[in-house]
Amino acid sequence: MSGVTILGLTGSVLILLALFEMMRRHRLREKYALIWALVALAIVTVAAFPSLLIRVSEAIGLEVPANLLFFVASMVIMVLTLQHSSELGRLEERTRTLAEEIALLRLEIDEHRHATGGVRPVEPTDERSE
Amino acid sequence: MSGGPSRHRVLIIVPAWNEQDAITGTIREIRAVVPDADLLVIDDGSVDRTAQRAREAGATVCPLPFNLGVGGAMRTGYRYALRHGYDAAVQIDADGQHDPRYLARLLERLDGHDKADIVVGARFATPDDPYKVRGPRRWAMVLLAWVLSRLAHTRLTDVTSGFRVSNRRAISVFATHYPAEYLGDTVESLVIAARAGLVITQEPVTMRARVAGRASHSPIKATVYLFRAIVALLLALVRDWPSQLEEGTSEEALVDIATGEVGR
Repeated sequence: MSGVTILGLTGSVLILLALFEMMRRHRLREKYALIWALVALAIVTVAAFPSLLIRVSEAIGLEVPANLLFFVASMVIMVLTLQHSSELGRLEERTRTLAEEIALLRLEIDEHRHATGGVRPVEPTDERSE
Repeated sequence: MSGGPSRHRVLIIVPAWNEQDAITGTIREIRAVVPDADLLVIDDGSVDRTAQRAREAGATVCPLPFNLGVGGAMRTGYRYALRHGYDAAVQIDADGQHDPRYLARLLERLDGHDKADIVVGARFATPDDPYKVRGPRRWAMVLLAWVLSRLAHTRLTDVTSGFRVSNRRAISVFATHYPAEYLGDTVESLVIAARAGLVITQEPVTMRARVAGRASHSPIKATVYLFRAIVALLLALVRDWPSQLEEGTSEEALVDIATGEVGR
């Protein structure tokens, strides 16, 4: 077993273990875990059988097998980043909607208190600094 | 819808972000000029005394927990207008740029002879307009105005104006779809309105210099503005609307809440 193979196997096994541990501790939701599990399994496969990588790159016509690895890796990272951007956008939109609803509810509570003869909201629940 | 303008319930929405120096004067002026309209100040996460001064001046204040930008503030205002069954909503900026004396004329055009759903208070509509803009900023405004005029089938000269009046139909669209992105509160919201089949028209107004001056005249900033405006416009035009905003409360749900409120 060459040093490169050991290095690759160690790295991929570490990723799989980290993934398992994070899922166990509820730190990773399964929709993300699935993608990462596939990535880790792919790394294990390539690390265990480097000849696979060489044969595939020969079939495509690539002279340096590492280039295939880099290409696939960068594509995977790009897709994952894109997915994160889209998730972030959805979260921002949800946060915005929640903020708007909170503001309207705060106003409603203030008006309600005022109407029922409670304290007039001159210096209301404003915890913001002046 | 029928009856004179006095029967209309009008909500004036004032988005305010750190405007403690201007807010009191703006509210007092609106109160003096249009005393029978309701006034809602949306405090857009100000860190100064904007909310307190607005309350002292007699406005209803809706405090956003953090800064959302004009788009977020205005959608909050439109939601309030929809749920409380207002006939018309108008945006007036807190910095005193918009003269409330034009409001009566804008409201008159609403549901007038051209059946307008949105009336934009526009600069550059008359040749003697004192408000002058030059360079890339001007080109951006001309380009935006030209594209949106084609889209809305009417002559629009100032689509970046926030001074605008909306009727019930427009309010119900804006309560769900009012972008918080760059230029979304002006340009993209008009694109959305035009695509939703709302009738847009404009009324010439003169705008004043800001009370607390901030408008930049740097040519670099103006060029950046031009490019950002083009990007925002292209995005607005190609966007698959309204499915892009699936996360927002649906219009039907809002209307349900509104009618429930009226029924009570």
